[in-house]
Amino acid sequence: MRPEWTDFVGGKWESEINVRDFIQKNYHPYDGDESFLAGPTQNTKDLWAQVLDLQKQEREAGGVLDMDTKVVSTITSHGPGYLDKSKETIVGFQTDKPFKRSLQPYGGIRMAEKACADNGYEVDPEISEFFSTHRKTHNAGCFDAYNQEMRACRSSHIITGLPDAYGRGRIIGDYRRIALYGIDRLLEDKQAQKDSTGRVMTDDVIRLREELSEQMTALKLMKEMAASYGYDISKPAKNVQEAIQFTYFGYLCAVKEQNGAAMSLGRTSTFIDCYAERDLANGTFTEEQIQEFVDHFIMKLRCIKFARTPEYNQIFAGDPVWVTESLGGVGVDGRHMVTKTSFRYLNTLTNLGPSPEPNLTVLWSTRLPENWKRYCAKMSIQTSSIQYENDDLMRVVHGDDYGIACCVSSMVIGKEMQFFGARANLAKCLLYALNGGVDEVTKKQVGPKYRPVTGDVLDYDDVMSKFMDMMEWQADVYVNTLNIIHYMHDKYCYERAEMALHDRDVKRYFATGVAGLSIVADSLSAIKYAKVEVIRDEDGVIVDFKTTGDFPKYGNDDDRVDLIAQDIVHKFMTAVRRHHTYRNGIPTTSILTITSNVTYGKATGNTPDGRKKGQPFAPGANPMHGRDTHGAVASLSSVSKLPFKDAQDGISNTFTIIPGALGKEDKVFSGDIEIDLNK
Amino acid sequence: MQGRIHSLESFGTVDGPGTRFVVFVQGCPMRCAYCHNPDTWDMKGGTLMEPSYIIEQYERNSPFYVNGGGLTVTGGEPLMQIDFLLELFTLAKEKDIHTCIDTSGIAYNPDSASQREKLDRLTALTDLVMLDIKHIDPEKHRELTRQPNTNILKFAEYLDKKHVDMWIRHVVVPGITDDDKYLYDLGYYIGQFHNLKALDVLPYHTMGVKKYESLGIPYRLKGVPAMNQNILLEKKQVILEGIKARRAQDEKDHPAGKA
Repeated sequence: MRPEWTDFVGGKWESEINVRDFIQKNYHPYDGDESFLAGPTQNTKDLWAQVLDLQKQEREAGGVLDMDTKVVSTITSHGPGYLDKSKETIVGFQTDKPFKRSLQPYGGIRMAEKACADNGYEVDPEISEFFSTHRKTHNAGCFDAYNQEMRACRSSHIITGLPDAYGRGRIIGDYRRIALYGIDRLLEDKQAQKDSTGRVMTDDVIRLREELSEQMTALKLMKEMAASYGYDISKPAKNVQEAIQFTYFGYLCAVKEQNGAAMSLGRTSTFIDCYAERDLANGTFTEEQIQEFVDHFIMKLRCIKFARTPEYNQIFAGDPVWVTESLGGVGVDGRHMVTKTSFRYLNTLTNLGPSPEPNLTVLWSTRLPENWKRYCAKMSIQTSSIQYENDDLMRVVHGDDYGIACCVSSMVIGKEMQFFGARANLAKCLLYALNGGVDEVTKKQVGPKYRPVTGDVLDYDDVMSKFMDMMEWQADVYVNTLNIIHYMHDKYCYERAEMALHDRDVKRYFATGVAGLSIVADSLSAIKYAKVEVIRDEDGVIVDFKTTGDFPKYGNDDDRVDLIAQDIVHKFMTAVRRHHTYRNGIPTTSILTITSNVTYGKATGNTPDGRKKGQPFAPGANPMHGRDTHGAVASLSSVSKLPFKDAQDGISNTFTIIPGALGKEDKVFSGDIEIDLNK
Repeated sequence: MQGRIHSLESFGTVDGPGTRFVVFVQGCPMRCAYCHNPDTWDMKGGTLMEPSYIIEQYERNSPFYVNGGGLTVTGGEPLMQIDFLLELFTLAKEKDIHTCIDTSGIAYNPDSASQREKLDRLTALTDLVMLDIKHIDPEKHRELTRQPNTNILKFAEYLDKKHVDMWIRHVVVPGITDDDKYLYDLGYYIGQFHNLKALDVLPYHTMGVKKYESLGIPYRLKGVPAMNQNILLEKKQVILEGIKARRAQDEKDHPAGKA
């Protein structure tokens, strides 16, 4: 056994790249409570005060503090950057100083230029010239291949938020591999992978060989980058501090090269805990020190920044990075995977204060230990910063070493990836069905010229049949647009750092998504159970509706409408599955527009459910605002009827509740008179 | 026997232990000045529902309620619909559902043998009664609720005899139910009961005012501010002192083992 691995339980992971096997053989489930946790050290407080000050300066400067306009960001493009070198136990910034945003033109030079211009900076003209004339970008590639229909759909927003001008993101490298194996071992493995490709040079084999070479280059550059910070990552990490640092270096390389729509971290806490437990047992570090490493790591993740345009920020309601870290869950052998370090990660919300990033995501199972459940609930109430995902559902598909990219996209770390595909606006599609493909806002013929609805009162069967036809068309143009996008992204903006930390043969999910599900369900319910009359404008386009009578609304555990929602998801997925997907990606869909629902609403006209033109959609799979009148359980129950097998990329529900409505404040109410009397 | 129902709430967290399915019945004879559900007063309103339908709704999402939660009937005044309650709780107990009634006790009539017979059956099906005592002083009670409190207090005695677990709820309204003397008296009164399991002291809030406006009912507590949390804790302590004093007294009068 290698000296760095002393005291670990050996296994398959020694002879092959297999982080899961290492974790399973070496982690210690923790059933206790949070009382062992340590508070912030003085160094942590000092560093965090510095970050808060930088955040303040950034706000005062209008949202961006500094931007690189001259140096194209690569793994090694920038020298080391620090907050205060003497105090940082985990180091590394995307550029040579904190809060300076890097220049990443490979997704699209115009987007990079605009991001700078909108924030008062100008990209070096030589770089603009280079990326317009000599080096093609992903964005340019997409528009070279798009047909007229795709362009029209894009501008009318029936398919929307497409990653054709920015990085697609959603790929999680197995950053833990660097800590466990060191770069040299990973390079050997990649060389072996390259040597094992087919000998007949088909397109696929050529592309694979080229990609593996790119990956090996990335690995070599990672070593160089780490060396600039004084670390040798060619060999495995020796202790918990190095394990965190090496893991972070891997992630840092990814965000130096990719300004992706979601740049998630994976599932690191229980892996890190194997080192923490060993170091605690050996007396190498104390609890305070280990918490300090974790605090500094999380602090770094909170400082990840990208150059983005106001329009981009509008789609995503802010400037999110989606540094999602998945915590807890249960292993396939039945042992839960909560460790002390899972607690330490959540403890950063106390030590550094609440924050949306990193997106700490608890993989929830009924079988999690009670103390952990209580701690999560407590931290949720205190900080509103925790996301929950159903591990019992996802474990069946992905096993016990998957992580979440963005908000809900699940993938096995290092073995699966996804092609992010934004979403199809189903509410608009329904309106296209009524109007025979004419856009209700622009009045242009965008969709196919199918027969529009003719009468004055909408008939359910007639509308459904037209809607299904229009959805088939929508899925067709949508999937084909995505085929172009991912082809070009692989070609011009390949994620070499992240893919270097994957197996050779990865499973690729071809992700699609839908927006406006609750609007469509309620609209169809209104058509079926109430009377919906159409109102046409002077061009004969249906632009409004008059609904008489009540109808069941999605969000009340009422099967009459919930089953319509379920059916729509199934039919959409069936339509998507019919198509060829790039690199044989496995089609999935998601119902997760957590933030962009506002923008989609702006681009969509009046809908039969009573929603007015421009009003926001409900987020994700949520019922429309205020229509769920039977309480949270009924509302959640409607959402839970959506079929995961048809929406494997995730179903999200945004749940807001005031703490008082979750139960009484424990000081006023105990439920036990004896406790009260003995106080 | 159909019940007259105001609404169903699938996620009740403040009406009994755990997460509960809450049935708000329609109709109440009390006219509490601070009532935040005036829309449940009318005895003729609401929707008629079968007990089996309600249990069905409960069962749909029972995983949310099995872990320490259950079914609560509140209102309105549940005991105005005792036949419906009997049928509902019989079904609930067949499914081993934890049952709770949130009541003002106003419907209790100690002189009615027929009601007694029904109540005896109902309490056997009831795991918990949350009894809301609005005011311990008979006159003040009448002023506040337009009803006497004689039978309400007797209902607590009845529940004690039947060994039904009881929580006492009390809403503290500034200037109306926050007098230390009466709070102590309340504590002293409820301190005698062996079935008392919890004291739930609730702060008066003004969130109901809008409902009055929309129903066109004049709001009697206009201008009364919401109850302050810290003062509330002090007021709760006064009630607890009353309970302690009564328990000490009872202990003296009937030393343990001889009661």
